Amino acid sequence: MIEELLLPFDYEYMRNAMLISGVIGAVCGLLSCFVALKGWSLLGDALSHAVVPGVALAWILGLPFALGAFASGMLAAWFMGFIRRNSRIREDAAIGIVFTAFFGAGLVLLTLFPSNIRLRTIVFGNVLGIAPGDAVQMLIVAAGVLLVMALRGRDLVLWAFDPTHARAIGLDTRLLQTLLLGCVAAVAVAAMVAVGAVLVIAMLVAPGATAYLLTDRFGRMMAGATALGGGSAFIGAYLSYFLDGSTGGVIVCLQALIFVIVLVFAPQHGLLAARRARQRASHPAGSIA
Amino acid sequence: MTERPTISAAAAAAPFRFQRSTIREMGEKLLGQSARRRSATIPTRLDLRASNVTVAYPNGHVALRDASLTLDGPTICGLLGVNGAGKSTLFKAIMGMVRPAAGEVRLGGHTVAEAQRLNWVAYVPQNEEVDWSFPVSVRDVVMMGRYGYMNGLRIPSAADRAAVEQGLRRVGMQGFVDRQIGQLSGGQKKRVFLARALAQDGRVILLDEPFGGVDVTTQEQIMALLRELRAEGRIILVSTHDLASVPEFCDQVALVKGTVIAAGPTETVFTPTQIARAFGASAAQQAAGQASVSLRPDGDGTTLVVAADGRVLGRLEPQGMPRQP
Repeated sequence: MIEELLLPFDYEYMRNAMLISGVIGAVCGLLSCFVALKGWSLLGDALSHAVVPGVALAWILGLPFALGAFASGMLAAWFMGFIRRNSRIREDAAIGIVFTAFFGAGLVLLTLFPSNIRLRTIVFGNVLGIAPGDAVQMLIVAAGVLLVMALRGRDLVLWAFDPTHARAIGLDTRLLQTLLLGCVAAVAVAAMVAVGAVLVIAMLVAPGATAYLLTDRFGRMMAGATALGGGSAFIGAYLSYFLDGSTGGVIVCLQALIFVIVLVFAPQHGLLAARRARQRASHPAGSIA
Repeated sequence: MTERPTISAAAAAAPFRFQRSTIREMGEKLLGQSARRRSATIPTRLDLRASNVTVAYPNGHVALRDASLTLDGPTICGLLGVNGAGKSTLFKAIMGMVRPAAGEVRLGGHTVAEAQRLNWVAYVPQNEEVDWSFPVSVRDVVMMGRYGYMNGLRIPSAADRAAVEQGLRRVGMQGFVDRQIGQLSGGQKKRVFLARALAQDGRVILLDEPFGGVDVTTQEQIMALLRELRAEGRIILVSTHDLASVPEFCDQVALVKGTVIAAGPTETVFTPTQIARAFGASAAQQAAGQASVSLRPDGDGTTLVVAADGRVLGRLEPQGMPRQP
């Protein structure tokens, strides 16, 4: 029995997949706190799709694919900001136009220049078949994001909470915004490998949203979301061995399951807690035992 | 109120302070930051000079045209005007959030950017602007006032903790340090952000609607605190709709309507005629069918400021009359 449960650890590709998924999941979880509190879910989704043409171009030009994807994501983010700042178009429309345009361009490039990057891999991810070189790229991205968080994390929290105050004490809020966008784009690239472009946004939202229901402290929220993202990605990859199903799908389902459980049962901000509070409010004290 | 650890803690930490700042400077060098953000002594005379400020937004809307405001020395100045008159744009220009297309703002002779680096500019936001469900505690928020004094990693020193403690004590919120900010009453929320401005030791403090969602007792407390801050040599700028409270605590008033149309001591500027100029509709607005404001004498010697739809916007009282609750 135990032997059977340890079976996935016997295969190198499984060990790699679980390690890479876990690391990416943890970094995504960390960033998901900012995504949740800044209301950037849609933007994160857009970025994860906008990286596709960069991947294709990087392959055509023979560059590391993470580089191309990152550049493409940042360019898309800049376009969205540019349209919003300089026209009467609202943010959601700007996001919708830009990311679909990028994704479309990526599809065209991938079909015009048939490469060894299969479209399926980009859209749905393939962490089981990850090449050692790509795995190293992922780990570098994760380390870079962690470094940014260590050095500028507190400023980012301040900016997320009160941009006006951040500006008033002389922080460069534009730099902070670019920094956070850059991090989101970078992990979107990384997560694309694990779960694919379509499901990246789940990794970038679910852990933060779940942790947000559990605590009123940003520090704990970040710790919780990181653990949750990392743990669920690791376990999801592990389970996918037995289920023989899509790794990305299993990871995201697992995260969604945890979210639903927390949404209902969270001690303070859960649905049941809210109901209890309403009941307490509608009955005078003492009428319920 | 039984414990007063700040003073003793600060005194005990004093011998190490030199060392700490040296380490901090090294850290700043390592992180590529200039050794800036030192708390400066209050200049003998702090002044705010906005001269001929024009602000245009990227979409072409000119929110403020040729606005000038001079506050010479410590004062509490009320910034009055209808919504969209340019009050918040003037605020933004003073806080460096928008760059004027023409004109400039100087604080104590410094540019806004320099004043920001000195931590002179403090801001108390309107309640509606804050995300109250953000997972931060009262202590976290007040500590944000100290970020400008910390090194790049924002690790609080003993002095920062002491300033936070002191700020909270001054607004009477020391018992709530670990509360999440959403679990406070309207007045308590306001006081936390005031404590942040105090912890920051801001020289120019801007308050946006400080009496919104605040009960009368808290309003009195805030006014008393603002007077104290003025006595310490700070400039307080208050943007408000609450005309009734103005004569009670503002010694100067600036009326804004596309520009600063009048500014000066409350007795000379806060008059029915001037208010009507600021709040009355322009010919263009009237043509567009927008509400205008009229002044009606009330029974007991006060004057009501009434919107076209009959809503009472405020009450002008003769000097020296007690305010009605």
